[in-house]
Amino acid sequence: MEMLVASAVGVLTAAGVYLVLRKRTFPVMIGTAFLSYAVNVFLFASGRLAINEPPVLQDGVTAYSDPLPQALVLTAIVISFGMTAVVVMVGVGAYLSSQDDHIDDQSEDGVPDEPEMIEGESGQTGAKT
Amino acid sequence: MSHWVIAPVLLPGMMAAIIMLAARYHPMLQRVFSLATVGICLAMALGLLVEVADGDILLYQLGNWAAPFGIVLVADRLSMLFVVLTLFLCIPVLLYAIGSGWDMRGRHFHALFQIQIMGILGAFLTGDAFNLFVFFEILLLASYGLMIHSGGAQRLRVGVQYVVFNLLGSTLFLFALGSIYGELGTLNIADIAARVSEVSAENSAGIRVAAVLLLLVFAVKAAILPLHFWLPATYSTAPAPVAALFAIMTKVGAYSIIRFYTIAFPPGLEITEGLFDTWLLPGALITLAVGMIGVLGAKRLDRMVAFAVVGSMGMLMTSVSVFTPDGIAAALYYAIHSTLATAALFLLVDVVRSRRAEGDLTWAPAPPIVGGALVAGMFFAAAIAMAGLPPLSGFVGKLLILDAAFADPRMAWVWAVILTSSLVAVVGFSRAGSMIFWKAHAPASQPQPQEGEDEEVVDSAPQPVLPMVAIGTLLAAIVVVTVFAGPINRYLAATSAQLFAPGPYISTVLDTPGKVIKYDGNDKGADTEEGAQ
Repeated sequence: MEMLVASAVGVLTAAGVYLVLRKRTFPVMIGTAFLSYAVNVFLFASGRLAINEPPVLQDGVTAYSDPLPQALVLTAIVISFGMTAVVVMVGVGAYLSSQDDHIDDQSEDGVPDEPEMIEGESGQTGAKT
Repeated sequence: MSHWVIAPVLLPGMMAAIIMLAARYHPMLQRVFSLATVGICLAMALGLLVEVADGDILLYQLGNWAAPFGIVLVADRLSMLFVVLTLFLCIPVLLYAIGSGWDMRGRHFHALFQIQIMGILGAFLTGDAFNLFVFFEILLLASYGLMIHSGGAQRLRVGVQYVVFNLLGSTLFLFALGSIYGELGTLNIADIAARVSEVSAENSAGIRVAAVLLLLVFAVKAAILPLHFWLPATYSTAPAPVAALFAIMTKVGAYSIIRFYTIAFPPGLEITEGLFDTWLLPGALITLAVGMIGVLGAKRLDRMVAFAVVGSMGMLMTSVSVFTPDGIAAALYYAIHSTLATAALFLLVDVVRSRRAEGDLTWAPAPPIVGGALVAGMFFAAAIAMAGLPPLSGFVGKLLILDAAFADPRMAWVWAVILTSSLVAVVGFSRAGSMIFWKAHAPASQPQPQEGEDEEVVDSAPQPVLPMVAIGTLLAAIVVVTVFAGPINRYLAATSAQLFAPGPYISTVLDTPGKVIKYDGNDKGADTEEGAQ
């Protein structure tokens, strides 16, 4: 089971890192979601893996699973869920306002594009891609 | 147990909700509530600062549960210093936002601002690593909203980069926390410190990985090269009062590095020896160099100031990475100075932007701006402070850092980089000042500059006074920090002495009695035991 969990964390992280390095916003968001799944599984395993064991004190039980990582992972899930929602909203806003979903905003001369140049610039990016 | 410690965290959180729900359609009420909250918090923080100044460590156990099982807030000299600095910074920033009308160019500015304050203060006060993560998320979430406040295509696009970068940072933070918990079974900072010293050298691989991961996370926040890429675009695009408030956000990273790497992973610790001091100093020096080169190479005023922030973080971290009491004390002084100076510069940039034709911030010649003499004078003062020229606080800070690095074996590198980069910064700021203020003249199409000036000034209505008051407050604070460098330094020396003797911190957190659940193997017998207060 350790092998399974460890490789799951590894594969999810690798997929996440690959997607985060893409050029467009959508794969990057999916990548961050993968990374947050990976870290959730990782956090869960940080309290050692235990199957079918209670997290709270009971009579006649000697082996327990660690309850703290479960609480931590719950917090982490909620936060990463909220953050993903935020990044999607900001990403959609950016795409709708500039008609371009490249994650990089630098034009050739290294100076960020001005908001008022957007009309002219959207034609350029269309030509570039 | 004093309940005052948690008040500066709770009050802004509550006010955010009140502002959002009750004062939603009342701009004036929002402004009054926002300013009043910051003022009350500052008063409380000053009270706490006086209380911890003699070396006391105030502990607040949430729900009265004993550490390490419950979450604790800890107020010592270091955390109160940053709390007071944050709240002091907020007052001119809010005044500027109100005076310039920035707060009404989008919705919920004041509510987000209060949440941001709550997150920052919580991060400074908490004594628990996972709680630190939660407060980081609170301050980040508010900063996302503030960063894209009032919208605009450019701001949204940079906002996406900023959010994604910090999302990755948060993921890394969780990996680091998971490793620490897996290795040590605790996330309370004092408990980590107590347990990490018992880890044997053979079994230290995991905790060493965790220590480095944690450093990376804080380096993202502190914008140390090569993790600084989010900063220049974000700071130059964010609304001016937000950028000025963000001046404290990089310091949250610096604070966390100082906190963790003096208490949890102290410099003398065998298993993590040579891990971060080897890399942090070169990284910090390169950050300093890149920041100041950026100041010289920037094509716009706002990006130039953003690169000055990168440079000043490099300077600060150079001093931290020496890891001596003198180095930390110098870094703290520089942190106070650079927070005030960068905030003043960002606000000045916005004044220039609002008064120049079409908000142009490039070096292109333009007609003189309204009230140019005052703005130019303020820019001159702030630039002198930022570049570290005498007589202002930047010079004192740099002197302290150079002095602290004197005994370090790599002293030649530190001195060479700091002195050369200062020269570069001076050149960069002088060019900016002369291009924006001095060479200001009407375009060639208008033959007579005197008349051109009058015509160009379209909105010759009296400029609002409040923004200039806000900037003046920041500059006055820089002067105060310079004049009272002696007393401030004594406090900072005591602060760093407290950091390098973490015994009282650890024993205060771990030995203070609180509620614990005693379990004697019987469900009925499980009961809560109140510790003696």
